[in-house]
Amino acid sequence: MSVAESPTTDASGRGAAFHSPEGGEQLTIVQPLIFSASAPGRRAVRFPGPSDRARKAAAAQPDLPTAALRSADPRLPEVSELDLLRHFNRLSHLNHSIDLGFYPLGSCTMKYNPKVNEWAARLPGLAESHPLDPEVLSQGSLELEWLLAELLKEISGFAALSLQPAAGAHGELTGMLMARAYHRSRGEGEQRTKVLVPDSAHGTNPATASMVGYQSVTIPSNERGGIDLEALRSELGPHTAALMITNPSTLGIFEDQIDQVVAAVREAGAIAYMDGANLNAILGRFRPGDAGFDVMHFNLHKTFSTPHGGGGPGAGPVGVSQRLAQFLPGPLPVLVEGDPSHVLRSARAGRSTPGARFALERPGDRPESIGRVRTFTGNFGMFVRAYTYIRSNGDAGLRAVSDDAVLAANYLRVRLADAYDLPYDRICKHEVVFSGRRQKRDHGVSTLDIAKAILDHGMHPPTIYFPLIVEEALMIEPTETESLETLDRFVDVMLEIAELAKTDPDELRQAPRTTPVGRLDEATAARRPDLKHDFDTVPSGASAHQEVGA
Amino acid sequence: MLAAVGLASTEDLFADIPDAMRAARFEIPPPLTEQEVRAELSRLAGRNHIPRVSFLGAGAYRHLVPAVVMEVIGRSEFSTAYTPYQPEVSQGTLQSIYEFQSLICELTGMEVASASHYDGATATAEAALMACRLTRRDRVAVSTAVSPQIRAVLATYCSGPGIEIVEVPADLAEGGSGLTAVDAAERILDDGVACFIAQQPNFFGGIEPMQALGDAAHAVGAQLVAVVEPTSLAMLQPPGEYGADIVAAEGQPLGIPLSFGGPYVGLMAARMASVRQMPGRLVGATRDVQGRKGYVLTLQAREQHIRREKAASNICTNQALLALAATAYLTAVGPQGLREVAELSATQARHVAASLEEAGLGERRFSAPYFAEVAISLPDAERRHQALAEKGIVAGYPLGGDYPGLAGTLLLAATELTTDDDVATLIDALQEAR
Repeated sequence: MSVAESPTTDASGRGAAFHSPEGGEQLTIVQPLIFSASAPGRRAVRFPGPSDRARKAAAAQPDLPTAALRSADPRLPEVSELDLLRHFNRLSHLNHSIDLGFYPLGSCTMKYNPKVNEWAARLPGLAESHPLDPEVLSQGSLELEWLLAELLKEISGFAALSLQPAAGAHGELTGMLMARAYHRSRGEGEQRTKVLVPDSAHGTNPATASMVGYQSVTIPSNERGGIDLEALRSELGPHTAALMITNPSTLGIFEDQIDQVVAAVREAGAIAYMDGANLNAILGRFRPGDAGFDVMHFNLHKTFSTPHGGGGPGAGPVGVSQRLAQFLPGPLPVLVEGDPSHVLRSARAGRSTPGARFALERPGDRPESIGRVRTFTGNFGMFVRAYTYIRSNGDAGLRAVSDDAVLAANYLRVRLADAYDLPYDRICKHEVVFSGRRQKRDHGVSTLDIAKAILDHGMHPPTIYFPLIVEEALMIEPTETESLETLDRFVDVMLEIAELAKTDPDELRQAPRTTPVGRLDEATAARRPDLKHDFDTVPSGASAHQEVGA
Repeated sequence: MLAAVGLASTEDLFADIPDAMRAARFEIPPPLTEQEVRAELSRLAGRNHIPRVSFLGAGAYRHLVPAVVMEVIGRSEFSTAYTPYQPEVSQGTLQSIYEFQSLICELTGMEVASASHYDGATATAEAALMACRLTRRDRVAVSTAVSPQIRAVLATYCSGPGIEIVEVPADLAEGGSGLTAVDAAERILDDGVACFIAQQPNFFGGIEPMQALGDAAHAVGAQLVAVVEPTSLAMLQPPGEYGADIVAAEGQPLGIPLSFGGPYVGLMAARMASVRQMPGRLVGATRDVQGRKGYVLTLQAREQHIRREKAASNICTNQALLALAATAYLTAVGPQGLREVAELSATQARHVAASLEEAGLGERRFSAPYFAEVAISLPDAERRHQALAEKGIVAGYPLGGDYPGLAGTLLLAATELTTDDDVATLIDALQEAR
């Protein structure tokens, strides 16, 4: 079964997000802060008191020193379970989400998140597993991590992999630390200080370079949207630590000179880093490890359908070539007893392998490791979901994911090419970048106005003003899970907006009109930051300044 | 669709991949139906054995996860939304983060809290880097009574920009306090140190003299980074009161399942004067064009998508859904419930320590008062720990791996879920394993 076949959003486009609980559109729906619902003594959860036995036994132990105690209770809300649930349910109605409507946010891969993944992550045997449980008790967690690492290695062509990084940017940090460890191991740590980053890169790439003390150097793109090979070659040299390249790029374009790019980087003695944010376009088609890359981070929350959560959790495993394997963060899960190919065959058939035993590496197993980048072994709950997703799709399903994602983006490219400028008019991969410069120049309608107008159609806008090298950019990533009807509905909306830009541009500048709030004053928010509730001016009813004892 | 695109075959969509660069292999198992994939995941879940009795903590704690918390974070309007870049259709996420920031400030006594970090260790490491930016110094001091995993992550992060780490020893000798030595801190800290990192309660559960440690840091112009445990703050002094400049914490105890180590949520709070050097997302209240209250991501000039190489951190996707879990948890338990969690955890930790001592099985390694975790030395500790594990009983965390001098010592944690029967079972099992 391909994910592309799964039914997802309705074709009507308009989600149910902005309807009040009573039904009907409400323009002024506002949910007060939870603190205003607080009433003394009210609560959702109770706990038992200690037994007499426990209390008596405890009395013989040292008391907490009075000086270390809190003098007033924190003013947490005091509400019933029903009040709590209504509050958060009402808040949830103010959100757009994949499960409510189309979400073509470029670079973010907002595909449908299958519900069986959630079922799996909540299995008590996995959800209640303590990360420091003795290994004899956690063989299932360790086997799952080991299997997922093997699958991700197969998908990417890398020799080794660590699941530890918690997000894409965290994977980038891991990658750059490994690059430096590699150069240091060869006595070139002092000399190699520059990281080359194309001008189309995500902001995380240069920010990551800075975090490891590297200086980033911007490489221009060529007129076809690829990296300018001559500019790259002229910057590469004995001071280059790494190239960080996103492929397909943030323009949605596969780097068709990728062989020459990688060869030039390796020849210069630098590390070839691939930002895997756009892996959804190339599953089964291109394996960065085969192509000579040294390291790549995955975004399990993009390619492998783990929910984005309103800004996380993600997971950013890193795959590496053999020459970086010794530097991977650890501890890694390892198969300490049993034959790897036997274990893989058994798992393929849904069986456990008798006698197989998994463990985490011991301290000192890989003395050249960059160390830990996170506590424990990473965002395990995301590993469960990604493993479920990969096994559900299988080889054919994963290939279909990329085929369908790329086809959907190209369909939008062709359908919208007359209405919006297309700076790089060629076959794209999973996303297509338009420019709203014509609307801006001819009608004074900015890309921001276009985005806000899309909101009024119950859809999320594309990513806007990114990549930076495209004026008034509109970066559209439909993903493979949307039906043709939804894509057509989006096209209709975009064409209608392009028409409105000509006939009634003011209408677009007023958008959005149907959302819970209109355009917000971000300048004032930044100038006069209001970052928390002021308990002192709004009575919360909490039992403040209550005397407390040990 | 292919025809609409003007192509004959799907292959044409990938014509730009150089032939020599095409995937050499792709040996992924065949697709599974839902019932098949469920069977496979059930198999793996079944290979784990959830202990029937556990005193294991050491950074992740088995607390009650109220059903209503899972209900809230299970709402797909929250879980399947992206980072709230379009605030008009993200007020649910944005307001819940504003409430989260408010709750974390209230709990810690600090002025500003960020929207979340990956976990407690990365929050601590980012706090150290923030202190270096604030003080323009490049050395960080950390107590050896701070969690070894947190210190390991700190070391990795500091290796990036070449920040030196100096250790301030804790008194870990036989019969020692188990606390960070204030005199050592005073001796080691100097005006090259950006911050001093101490943990309250410390890794061994001990109650540190945070005021004195903070004074030692402030005397040399360094910041105090307090690493705290959030449920303990129902009883313990909020770090804002003892002069913490930055607070970092692992938020997992606030209604987040153990899930073999993640996803959890890192908490960070600071003084308003430092906000522009703070890493991570921040949500602020503002008004819309019609004057209605609303929330937006704010002070984004600190962040990577605006500042690129000059950003305060590269952090982008963080742990928003888990911050929502913590918000729902703190709302569900309220001030009274959080106090009950803390008090019951502390009482049961004392119960198990007293019972072990009474049975002559072991002794407290350290003399200092403790919160809900206690280090117990007992003969043949590692062997007995292993023997109990085989029976589904986890007798805490053996400290010898991280602290060779503490071989023979187990770190036992209690929570509100620890029952009197659990304590009795542990005592019986340890006696049997003599």
